[in-house]
Amino acid sequence: MIPELGHYALVLALLVALAQSIIPLYGAHRGAGRLMAFGEHAAYIQFLLLALAFLALVQSYLVSDFTVLNVVQNSHSLKPLLYKISGAWGNHEGSLLLWVLMLALFGGLVALFGGNLPASLRARVLAIQALIAVGFLIFMLATSNPFVRVIPPPLDGRDLNPLLQDPGLAFHPPLLYLGYVGFSLVFSFAVAALIEGRIDPAWARWVRPWTLVAWTALGAGIALGARWAYYELGWGGWWFWDPVENVSFMPWIAGTALLHCVSVVEKREAFRAWTVLLAILAFSMSLLGTFIVRSGLLTSVHAFAVDPERGVFILVLLFIAIGGSLALYAWRAPKLSGGGSFQTISRESGLLLNNLLLSAACGTVLVGTLYPLFMELISGDVVSVGPPFYNQTFVPLMIPLVILMGIGPFLPWKKADLGKVFSRILGAALASVAIAALAAILLGGGPVMAVLFLGFAAWLVLSSLVELADRIRLFRAPLRDSLARLTGLPRRQWGMTLAHAGLGIAIAGMTGSTVWKQEQIETLQPGQSLEIAGYELVLERVDHITGPNYQSEQAVITVMVDDNPIAVLLPERRFYPVQRMPTTEAAIRITAGGDLYAVLGETDQALSEGYLLRVYFEPLVIWIWVGTLVMSIGGIISIAARQPVTKAKTKPKAEPQPAE
Amino acid sequence: MKPKRKRLYIVLSALLCFGGATALVLAALDDSLAFFYAPAQIIAEPPGPQQAVRLGGLVEMGSVERKGQDVRFQITDQIESIPVAYSGILPDLFREGQGVVVEGKLSPSGLFEAHTVLAKHDENYMPAEVAEALKASGEWRPEGDEAGAKP
Repeated sequence: MIPELGHYALVLALLVALAQSIIPLYGAHRGAGRLMAFGEHAAYIQFLLLALAFLALVQSYLVSDFTVLNVVQNSHSLKPLLYKISGAWGNHEGSLLLWVLMLALFGGLVALFGGNLPASLRARVLAIQALIAVGFLIFMLATSNPFVRVIPPPLDGRDLNPLLQDPGLAFHPPLLYLGYVGFSLVFSFAVAALIEGRIDPAWARWVRPWTLVAWTALGAGIALGARWAYYELGWGGWWFWDPVENVSFMPWIAGTALLHCVSVVEKREAFRAWTVLLAILAFSMSLLGTFIVRSGLLTSVHAFAVDPERGVFILVLLFIAIGGSLALYAWRAPKLSGGGSFQTISRESGLLLNNLLLSAACGTVLVGTLYPLFMELISGDVVSVGPPFYNQTFVPLMIPLVILMGIGPFLPWKKADLGKVFSRILGAALASVAIAALAAILLGGGPVMAVLFLGFAAWLVLSSLVELADRIRLFRAPLRDSLARLTGLPRRQWGMTLAHAGLGIAIAGMTGSTVWKQEQIETLQPGQSLEIAGYELVLERVDHITGPNYQSEQAVITVMVDDNPIAVLLPERRFYPVQRMPTTEAAIRITAGGDLYAVLGETDQALSEGYLLRVYFEPLVIWIWVGTLVMSIGGIISIAARQPVTKAKTKPKAEPQPAE
Repeated sequence: MKPKRKRLYIVLSALLCFGGATALVLAALDDSLAFFYAPAQIIAEPPGPQQAVRLGGLVEMGSVERKGQDVRFQITDQIESIPVAYSGILPDLFREGQGVVVEGKLSPSGLFEAHTVLAKHDENYMPAEVAEALKASGEWRPEGDEAGAKP
């Protein structure tokens, strides 16, 4: 009964979305207030219906309703509660439902908080948002209905892939989707603005926080995924330039660019056409990501649906959405050009360069991701593009960007004096060079590029701090004044400082754990030990354990420093009988200087030969997570920022306006 | 600054960025691509000893020899089989008779020195390239045949 209710709610949601995509658009065209207002009601109803459908699916998982095919395929009655719930979106159909639910959530939020938007813009945004939902709902009902029944029902389910049974991964997809779908709203705003034929600072004031929501959620989702890969896959790696990682990274890069140029629209009314284009591109990247993951086009662990019908359907959707919006852009964008003027050396130029570099970087990732596909289509050769490609393309493009990131915040709008700026940041630059040199000595040398990037990490943190100190006139005004200024700083300022410094911290972790990583593989009998990075690891014994839905072999390893035991590591090899699948559970000892990471290898012939142990030392890896967390906090603080600057100038505009 | 001048600067810096990126991409594509081979293909047209290669097929039954962390096995497409040497812990799903992809280089002696072994996380899983290669050699069996094997 409950699944039918969910199915029915989906169909109703499609009808509501259909109406919501047509009526407000027509209303805005005719200037009819009541027709436009329909959009808001429809947005609420659509959200409620989809929430109902989603809850129905979660309910089916909670009670392990094995008459529902989706539950049979992805759940099991013995599975822990958290994974029963997260199982609802850990598969193709369920994750699509989550996708549309979020789409409707963003629509509902515009209806709820959009009171200060011009009515015609609001109506158009809601209509475009609903149009996207229509596409996805038709796709779902036609090819990927999560509520399909099985008759007769099997006794038990096939369980969720054990690798996905992890708390981090339970939240990874929802966060990613919040990010992907967040860009849909920005896209809707861009398309609505193209239809309206105008963009003003009020538009940018709306788009900025939503871009931030998407950017923060996507960034946090990517970081969570990287962290999952780090501790779950047992390789000690956190980023593989896998196509599926790339497709989540590309909208993030485009979103970063968008975030920076939308503030130019807001403050200076320049770059308007470019901003709209970026908004379209950011969402196109999100759609492309969904397409690539869902169609199973590129071979990958994540590709759980290899189904040509779905692939073609998504391709058509993609074509309509991206092609349509770009065509609209080509037609309408010339109306949007112009804006405030600026000098060659100014914050505008800095942000322009930022956008160019980010776009180029995004382009290299796109080429690397799609190249094997085109290659196979054209020549039939099967090739793969791996980390070396990105190290030679993406990484070098980051060098000017990171240098610029330290300088940019010091540049005033319109016109900047480079000499003055340099004198303010000289200290930070010299200190960064010193830190890089010191690091090189401490770490016993390393590739030039690695030392360079450690210097960049220091540069980002230091320049952000110097900029902050500048702003509160630290040491140049009495300390009390400085403190007063510190507490009075606008939240956006904090957001920027934290995001830039956080990236610096993360870069330190990425560089350290990539370049100075150590690895030891040895076969040990109980009682024997191995040494890595100044630690001695003693294999005490191997126990057999039974978990809720798995059996496990657990090694007990004592970590010694100078013959003193300091920690115990318990790496496991688990076996999940339902899916007949073994997994590796790494044991990690986390310290600020680096992680000790132990994996228990294959043990079936173990008794005669001993146990195969693989141990890594990963310097500074924790700082990746700290840095990305700091960036996310910066994003969250900045989302909640009030809009102080434009108050005086646009006060009258801020009032709710009747339709034009 | 005159708008014309400004536009020139913008276009120039855009050209510089995208031109630079394109140059980087072309240079990187030249020497960081790894081509995929099936055993019969690698024997028919062997790659150079420095060329990064991916080799895919089935792990031949009874071919796996372990000596501590050093592993030797044969990868086969039922036409030819190639000896592979690898040092380290094999992935969880590495089994005889299963599809795998190894990455590394083919030494002049004909031994494939692998730095990475990939076996996918699903007992039905067959890497797409391997499936294609097996279909091409007529040795394709529908998935699930080996599903009963325990690790």
